[in-house]
Amino acid sequence: MTAHVWTRRQMLLRGSAAFGGLLLAGCDQLSQSPSFLRVLGSAEHLTYRAQRLVVGQSLAREFTEAQLSPVFRSNGTSDPNNETYNRLRANQFADWRLSIRGMVNRPLELSLAALRAMQSRTQITRHDCVEGWSAIGKWTGVPLGNILTLAQLNAEARFIVLYCADELERNDGGYYESIDLVDAFHPQTLLAYALNDRPLAVANGAPLRLRVERQLGYKQAKYLMRIEAVASLDDIGRGKGGYWEDRGYEWYAGI
Amino acid sequence: MTSPEIIRRHSLATRLLHWINALCVFLVLMSGLQIFNADPVLYWGQYGASPDKALLAIGAHGFPHWATIPSWQGLAQGRRWHFFFAWLLVFNSLLYVLFSFISGHVRRDLLPTRAELVPAHLAHDIWDHLRLRFPRGAAAKRYNVLQKLAYFGVIFVLAPLILATGLTMSPGFDAACPWLLNLFGGRQSARTIHFTAAMLVALFILVHLLMVVLAGPWNEVRSMITGRYVVPQSKSYPVSEPK
Repeated sequence: MTAHVWTRRQMLLRGSAAFGGLLLAGCDQLSQSPSFLRVLGSAEHLTYRAQRLVVGQSLAREFTEAQLSPVFRSNGTSDPNNETYNRLRANQFADWRLSIRGMVNRPLELSLAALRAMQSRTQITRHDCVEGWSAIGKWTGVPLGNILTLAQLNAEARFIVLYCADELERNDGGYYESIDLVDAFHPQTLLAYALNDRPLAVANGAPLRLRVERQLGYKQAKYLMRIEAVASLDDIGRGKGGYWEDRGYEWYAGI
Repeated sequence: MTSPEIIRRHSLATRLLHWINALCVFLVLMSGLQIFNADPVLYWGQYGASPDKALLAIGAHGFPHWATIPSWQGLAQGRRWHFFFAWLLVFNSLLYVLFSFISGHVRRDLLPTRAELVPAHLAHDIWDHLRLRFPRGAAAKRYNVLQKLAYFGVIFVLAPLILATGLTMSPGFDAACPWLLNLFGGRQSARTIHFTAAMLVALFILVHLLMVVLAGPWNEVRSMITGRYVVPQSKSYPVSEPK
């Protein structure tokens, strides 16, 4: 009787171990299957809808000077170091122009001086990297919504695409990002030219970077060169709306 | 020899929700370790990054590959697994809680009685557990107080805590509910609490599985699949009735 029980017990234990092993191998297999990843990705739409519903237009928490990170960490590209960028940088970005094109009635070319002359907003917010860490910084810049209003956005435009001067990996396409109009016109969404009261350092995205509070770090595109209003993201990059999105990360990075 | 007494121990809803839950918890835990490995350092407060003082660093690379989903370093895939099964887990848990309150499962089976919470009774149960003496006969038909406390703690303390700290890590959700940042003392504190509570759930699972094996895995697992449970007969040794 006792021996019989042990056989069952051992069977159950070994069975569970084997089952667990198979399950883990299965998870690895599934993690490489595009169709299964699409199924898992459906949770992103749910998150997006739920957060749009709950979060609405509410503002991200703004912190005090005392809560600033002593050092604002740089991540991803810390220096684009390519011919175009180095040329612009050598001249303190005096020849740099931000172009706003695509589905707008009035395309714009804005210099850094022109941006600095516009109405600005300063906010102390938290930057959350997808890896898990956070840093608090003080950003000054022009609300993106004001610039889009100035450029007279077409009614058909649905996304704002931001093109950057950096390539994270050589010959692998430049960094780019995109956001929807809810985020583009959110009062805290800035084209920031200053961090902690100083002109943006190269490591943090000089001369201009996006701040789209309420989303993760990889959405905060650095080294901005060109902004385009579009109706669809399908024909840009690999069609997922951003450098990291094209490599498996969520387009909606609210969590 | 009398024929063994067989009871219907778990309702169909409990059984079904238990197994969906088991799958989800297992997947969110392991994909959670994958996410943790992207920066295997814990901080306390509103901010925390490599230049700042860490609370705890777990190795240079965090958890070993066999503990993560996927087994290679894949933050993007880990996040996909984590959030998909976190949603499923939330829906499943809501169903479970709703069902358990309506059916009386919480009051009848999970909530410890006043008498059970008396220190003498608790000490007695702990002593019995340490000697691996499990209830038999009538006492085996219901959960003992340590079981109740463990289940109740995981369902009504750890699970809501993990959900709330998880949402506090969301920059989007923080904008909607900034009071969460006050409650947990910041996003990095929330991340540390989220991780710690998840580790406690992992510990619960370990003890839970150990108890199943010790209490008779065949009978226990069957009772969670078919509902049928053979009540252990109070023959081999007497378990003193708690005072």
